Amino acid sequence: MENSLMTLTYHVSDNDFTRAGEASSDVKNKLKKLGVPPDIVRKVAIAMYEGEINMVIHASGGDITVDITPDKIIMELKDVGPGIKDIEKAMQAGYSTAPDNVRSLGFGAGMGLPNMKKYSDTMEIQTVLGQGTTVTMTVNMPE
Amino acid sequence: MNNHKFFHSVYLNEELCNGCINCIKRCPTQAIRVRNGRAVITSQFCIDCGECIRICAHHAKRSHFDHPDIIKNYKYTVALPAPSLYSQFNNLDDINIVLTALIYMGFDDVFEVASAAEIVSEESEKYVNEHHDQWPLISTACPSVVRLIRVRFPNLIDHLLPINPPVEVAARLARKEAVKKTGLPAEDIGIVFISPCPSKVAYAKDPLGVTKSDIDGVLAIKDIYPLLLPLMLAAEKSPMQLARAGKIGVGWGIHGGEAAGISTDNYLAADGIENVIRVLEDLEDEKFSELAFIELNSCDGGCVGGVLTVENPYVAQAKLKKLNHNLPRIVTHTPPDIRNDELYWTEEVEYLPVYRLGESMKESIVMMNRVEKLWQKFPGLDCGSCGAPTCKALAEDIVRRKANETDCIYILKDQIHSLTRSMNSLVNNAASYEVKGNDYRYIFKQYLKKLLSEISLLDSALNLNKDDKDD
Repeated sequence: MENSLMTLTYHVSDNDFTRAGEASSDVKNKLKKLGVPPDIVRKVAIAMYEGEINMVIHASGGDITVDITPDKIIMELKDVGPGIKDIEKAMQAGYSTAPDNVRSLGFGAGMGLPNMKKYSDTMEIQTVLGQGTTVTMTVNMPE
Repeated sequence: MNNHKFFHSVYLNEELCNGCINCIKRCPTQAIRVRNGRAVITSQFCIDCGECIRICAHHAKRSHFDHPDIIKNYKYTVALPAPSLYSQFNNLDDINIVLTALIYMGFDDVFEVASAAEIVSEESEKYVNEHHDQWPLISTACPSVVRLIRVRFPNLIDHLLPINPPVEVAARLARKEAVKKTGLPAEDIGIVFISPCPSKVAYAKDPLGVTKSDIDGVLAIKDIYPLLLPLMLAAEKSPMQLARAGKIGVGWGIHGGEAAGISTDNYLAADGIENVIRVLEDLEDEKFSELAFIELNSCDGGCVGGVLTVENPYVAQAKLKKLNHNLPRIVTHTPPDIRNDELYWTEEVEYLPVYRLGESMKESIVMMNRVEKLWQKFPGLDCGSCGAPTCKALAEDIVRRKANETDCIYILKDQIHSLTRSMNSLVNNAASYEVKGNDYRYIFKQYLKKLLSEISLLDSALNLNKDDKDD
């Protein structure tokens, strides 16, 4: 990514709920150390955590790249999972295709994508059935 | 960033410190480093939780608190016993015995913190019910928790319950009561808290939510304990009727006690600083919503686990529960004449970004990129031999110009190793090529010089060439 001041990369491992959230937690702590305003940190942390959990639930993990540029923070979450069949439906609050074993852990409330959209300033989804999904979210810096 | 001065109760007795790594590993905010063979506390990171005091086998970590002689400094003194004090004694069935013993000790009056806690409970419940928008409200009774949030969880500051902790409310009401009783000017009255922890000592000097605390002095439970025991034997015969707190107030001394004072099941209570941090991290990521109240205690088991107590926290818990069994639920209610500033915060708690690397974001990014690069050079053992708790912390210290790469003994070892290798090849080369005698000597001397300077570096890193006292 050009004009990126810093690039952070993470691998999200398959189906391991105890580790889900490690990447977003690391990003959160780094952004705080960089002096990024707290409300921006909050948006990035929540949006990315939701995305990270999605990758664990639906896509057997994946890779995350976070670019910090002077005017925004860009998160790219890439997986080689099943793809999203109906994006419009997936964007509806409460709609979920998460399996029962995941729901019994308290996940799969159908708020993943809606929250990612809510806490980011832009969100783009590229998905191919059977091949995978790439979600790109940006959160703008102030000014 | 404002130049906030941090007052701390926790300090180091240098004579006793042998420079081991126990405290740097235990500190939940990574505030301690070992430099030149002694622990050093970074003031802005320390939250006075007392974990280092708990872990230090050499008793080099101490807490400031006052001497019992402080009673003599005032015309009239009021003791403010923490509920956790009651949990320190075997077979205690009447709180009045402890309170009477405090009077025998020289205090003119007592004002139970537990009694003020009941007022705080009543107000907290009201506040929580009326401020749905601020849910979950986070308890602010433990100063270490508030200090932690202030430096590390800026997004949670708005959730802090803006009510003074019971000890502050007790101090304010006790002074008012004493002035009324004695007619003395307020400054002649000494309000002395009997504390289970260093956190409250720091609070009394450098409070949160108020400009100045009404607490004049703080005594440690462990200091008072041996003085009270014989006095309690005497007090047992005819204890004065001084107690004015019930289950709710006394229960504040143990984990979950504060939440019990708020009539809701919609709460979470966590104790132990590491657990508290985990809850705060998750809370910041909004992993649980719809909770009304969060009780957080820095010490295991709640205030009974404070490092200035003498009893095992879990035994203390059991004792307090037993003592509580026969008490009425609530004894003290909010007095109608209580002022808002006696109960509520008058000052906002502001975010202090002490963990920020540089002055600007640009500078911080340059620094963080350096930290990441340096970190990859280190072995990742987090052994602590360099004096920093982790390899990452060392990398940050280097970038902040507070440490050197060669503080890592593995880096040093590698350097020595590569020197040995070049010495070897020098010797081998000298054997196989024709080198003039003088040139050879010169090169050899240069190599030796380099080797010696590297060795002296190792020496200083291990602190062997310092003015060591032990010969």
